Amino acid sequence: MTLWKRFATNRGAVIGLIILLCVIAIALLAPVIYPGGPWKMVQRPFLVPFTNGDLPLGTDTLGRDVAAGLVHGARVSLLVGLVSTVMALLIGVPLGALAGFYGGYVDEGAMRFTEFFQTIPNFALAIVLVAILEPTLGSITLAIAIVSWPPVARLVRAEVMSLKRREFVEAAHLAGLSNTRILVSEVLPNAISPIIVMASLMVATAILLESSLSFLGLGDPNIMSWGYMIGAARTVIRSAWWLSFMPGVAILLTVLALNLIGEGLNDAFNPHLKKGRT
Amino acid sequence: MSLITTILGRLVKAAITLLAIAVLNFFLIHAAPGDPAAVLAGEAGAADPLFIAQLRERFGLDQPLYVQLWSYVKNVLTLDLGYSFRQGMPVYDLIAQRLPATLLLTLSSFVISLSLGIAFGVAAAARVGKASDSVLTTIALLFYATPLYWAALMAVLVFSVQLGWLPGFGYETVGSGYSGLARAWDILQHLILPALTLGLFFMAVYMRMTRASMLEVSQMDFVKTARAKGLSGPVIRRRHILRNALLPVVTLAGLQAGQLIGGAVLTETVFAWPGIGRLMFESLEARDYNTILGVFLVSAAMVIVFNILTDIVYRIVDPRIGAKS
Amino acid sequence: MTDAILSIDSLTIDLPIGADRPHAVEDVSFDLNKGEILCVVGESGSGKSMTANALMGLLPDGVTVGKGRAMFDGKDVLTLPEAQKQAMRGARIGMIFQEPMTALNPLMRIGDQIAEVFAAHNLLSGSERRARALALVKEVGLPDPEKIIRAYPFQLSGGQRQRAMIAMALALEPEILIADEPTTALDVTTQAQILRLILALREKHGMAVMFITHDFGVVAEIADRVIVMRYGQIVEAGIAKQVLESPQHEYTRALLDAIPTGTVPELAPITTAPALEIRHLNKIYRTGGSPFRAAREVRAVNDVSLTIAKGEVVGLVGESGSGKSTLGRAVVRLVTPDSGQVLVGGVDMAALDENELRKQRHRVQMVFQDPYASLNPRHRILRTLSDGPMAKGVSKQQAHKRALDLLEIVGLGADAATRFPHEFSGGQRQRIGIARALAMDPELIIADEAVSALDVSIQAQVLELLADLRRQMGLSILFITHDLRVAAQVCDRIAVMQYGRLVEVGPVRDVFHAPKQAYTRELLAAVPGAGWAMEKEDATA
Repeated sequence: MTLWKRFATNRGAVIGLIILLCVIAIALLAPVIYPGGPWKMVQRPFLVPFTNGDLPLGTDTLGRDVAAGLVHGARVSLLVGLVSTVMALLIGVPLGALAGFYGGYVDEGAMRFTEFFQTIPNFALAIVLVAILEPTLGSITLAIAIVSWPPVARLVRAEVMSLKRREFVEAAHLAGLSNTRILVSEVLPNAISPIIVMASLMVATAILLESSLSFLGLGDPNIMSWGYMIGAARTVIRSAWWLSFMPGVAILLTVLALNLIGEGLNDAFNPHLKKGRT
Repeated sequence: MSLITTILGRLVKAAITLLAIAVLNFFLIHAAPGDPAAVLAGEAGAADPLFIAQLRERFGLDQPLYVQLWSYVKNVLTLDLGYSFRQGMPVYDLIAQRLPATLLLTLSSFVISLSLGIAFGVAAAARVGKASDSVLTTIALLFYATPLYWAALMAVLVFSVQLGWLPGFGYETVGSGYSGLARAWDILQHLILPALTLGLFFMAVYMRMTRASMLEVSQMDFVKTARAKGLSGPVIRRRHILRNALLPVVTLAGLQAGQLIGGAVLTETVFAWPGIGRLMFESLEARDYNTILGVFLVSAAMVIVFNILTDIVYRIVDPRIGAKS
Repeated sequence: MTDAILSIDSLTIDLPIGADRPHAVEDVSFDLNKGEILCVVGESGSGKSMTANALMGLLPDGVTVGKGRAMFDGKDVLTLPEAQKQAMRGARIGMIFQEPMTALNPLMRIGDQIAEVFAAHNLLSGSERRARALALVKEVGLPDPEKIIRAYPFQLSGGQRQRAMIAMALALEPEILIADEPTTALDVTTQAQILRLILALREKHGMAVMFITHDFGVVAEIADRVIVMRYGQIVEAGIAKQVLESPQHEYTRALLDAIPTGTVPELAPITTAPALEIRHLNKIYRTGGSPFRAAREVRAVNDVSLTIAKGEVVGLVGESGSGKSTLGRAVVRLVTPDSGQVLVGGVDMAALDENELRKQRHRVQMVFQDPYASLNPRHRILRTLSDGPMAKGVSKQQAHKRALDLLEIVGLGADAATRFPHEFSGGQRQRIGIARALAMDPELIIADEAVSALDVSIQAQVLELLADLRRQMGLSILFITHDLRVAAQVCDRIAVMQYGRLVEVGPVRDVFHAPKQAYTRELLAAVPGAGWAMEKEDATA
């Protein structure tokens, strides 16, 4: 069975994929659907959802269109999730690969470094970084990448360490291939599936982190995000609960979709392990 | 290696880690845009030139960088975390005042999430493939994807605002004058929602891990041996599978402790819980960097203590570690 | 037969839908008699283990008994309710397994694991259980019993763990002991001890033993009767001696023929020019050094000197931990020796720096043990065979042509080139591994347990291929193996290693028929069915 077929037999994973594709489509089309942007005041504040045909989800505390906010918020969530994950991979994969492949002092040094970052409470570090670097889209993405790479490094190291002892890698040494070539063309391609699975789960975690930072008021002040919407509506939870409720559902669905996809990929990559997974 | 030398080794490592975090803090202050003194004083402090001048002198900001670093680290080592202009007291006192509330919250949360997570994980694994397993794993999947702070808000909305079962705000009823048991009961009621919502995500993590680990261990050879001896299913699960399956869960729980303390910033913010997380949030609004960095350092220290504790637990559970080689 | 204790009648075991065949075991009938040792022999996939698991009620999920009966004490054990099966397991039928390393709970003391058998059947008090556990540990010949019952499994060697397993299985004096390849994972001398132990215990307790194995040597050693299985069916059954001496079914004959016999081949004409010269080679492994404890040293290779002439095949034999693998890996420089020389065609492989080494690598190539790990799963065979020559400077065209030729030579055909490793069986992959080594035109080939992971009939084919290639190409080979019978079949000379030292080196005939060292004699005596193999050899000679 091909990878795709195995993936497609997992109902949860397919549902996750459909949800994610919808969110991606919404994010891409945001400027088309709401060309005015999410910040414009369009009506009186606290307009209850489903009472005005033009503003199906009502307005927030300042009279801004909630639907426009949700649609534009999808952009920042996905963007930060994706870019910070790519950055974390760019730190974690080479570090873990070098540590695992060369061992000895390289490994010792790299792992002490990784352990240090793993010991630091990562959300607290993200807060400190964003607070000190000033909240911008760039600093938020960077902060999330900085707190998320250690598990990647550990995973890649473990994979590389087990792969480098495989006989086909030893055979490549005997064939006279260079270390770099062996690492790049023999070892890493065989470690790619767990990295892909982890990356999809990391995008989910990154989206949660971004929304948490925005919730605390550490979002980029020029960009509408789901976390910001919840944070702004927090104080009016008693009178207008739906303002915090809807962005939360958006985050929940997106994160859930990514988790489902990650698990689906994991099962598809490791068909024999399927039963033991949630 | 004996337990004592392990603990000693871990303490040395912990000290080095804390030192490194202090150094990191120092460079973060310098990485911030603007005058480090102004950064430390916070925006509010910028209006007070006298305070800034004091800071400049205290940190020797006209000195070379390494001298500054040394004096900063020395201060941290003597538990001098600086002064919060905003709150009008030393950061150390501020944190000491707020720490017990955070410890109460995170520890209860940890205990709740770990015990429930393991219990549900074991239950799900025992019913693998059945409807109750699907229900449990689906709930875990949902908790796993729910933003912490949003779960907290929704819990306040449902259990406090709508149903009125539990208080959704603060540490205890202000001005109630309770003491002794009555006060403990009052605090407990205030604790339930924050501790539960903070623990939800971690409960999901531990449950998934326990379930997967139970299923993995149950495929191992020694479980077959146990069956060949004629042991009953429950005895095998309890004596052979569970103990082996919990090892990775203990490791994970230790690693996750750090996240728990990070999550407390969000939970304490939502519930106005007077701990160091809430303090961090207030300092963010006030741009009180000195306090933010102090809280950061203390939370890292908490994680380190926690990791040492899990290490010890792990060694007690697994005879192979420490005895080997 | 009247003294049958267990009677199996047309047992069929169904595999889950989607497996490579519908039944693991099909219509199998046999009896196990009181006090006898019945060996069930077969290659992997023959259904021999499934039969045993079905009797114990320990079939894997999805595998079910389709039909048939297994009568034991007037009841069909296959249809007993789970509670009664549970009461029967351990008490009336005991079982031991192949992997002593994983068959014990790592977190539980040995004594507790033995005492647990009594607890499972609600027998004896706590202190009596401990006393019995101690007595059992003594009975199975474990040293220092007081210490052993308080030890954890990781503190025991493989053989000791297997003894502990036997103690558990025999705790309640069962009428039947099922032994599922209990010695396969053990060294040959340990295997001999465990076999003797099982024989002695059978003598003492009179239990019937159903002994599952793939090794006819073991059959010759302990079996009263034997059943040969293939593809889930019994192809031959009978008295052990008769089956061994005059097998009726062609499959049994093929299996027996495939066993390397210790027939010593004629010495090949050997030139004096050496292909490999090892001089005073040393390798010490240090583990666990830290500020809190001293490092431990293991002398894996201890002052070893050995010469292989051009066109010669030298067998390097020894048990696990003897250092034979380290020596082989030091010759190809996968391990860098601490001191000494490895001269291949005049080049000291041990002294080369990283860069030089890469250029000289082609001189020595290796054929690996594990057919499933030795080929990159993501590369087509053509790439696997041509990457090395191209790195050496051979043109792409030439390398590809040579790869196709080699695939023909090793008997796979050129169309194998475009396929991926997972499309091949274990034996075929081993052929590809051999082709890969040949593609580099090496002066020496190290075969590291190259046939150990293969079933005996496949093993014979690969050995034959090696012998052919050797004749055609005049290969020089260092053949590393734990199996003396295999070594005897393909080698000119044998080198015996123990604890990192070369104990004895000599022509195969001398080493086999007139071993000089005590350890060599011990090794030879421990080979299962050694006496029978000699007889067989004499018969064929």
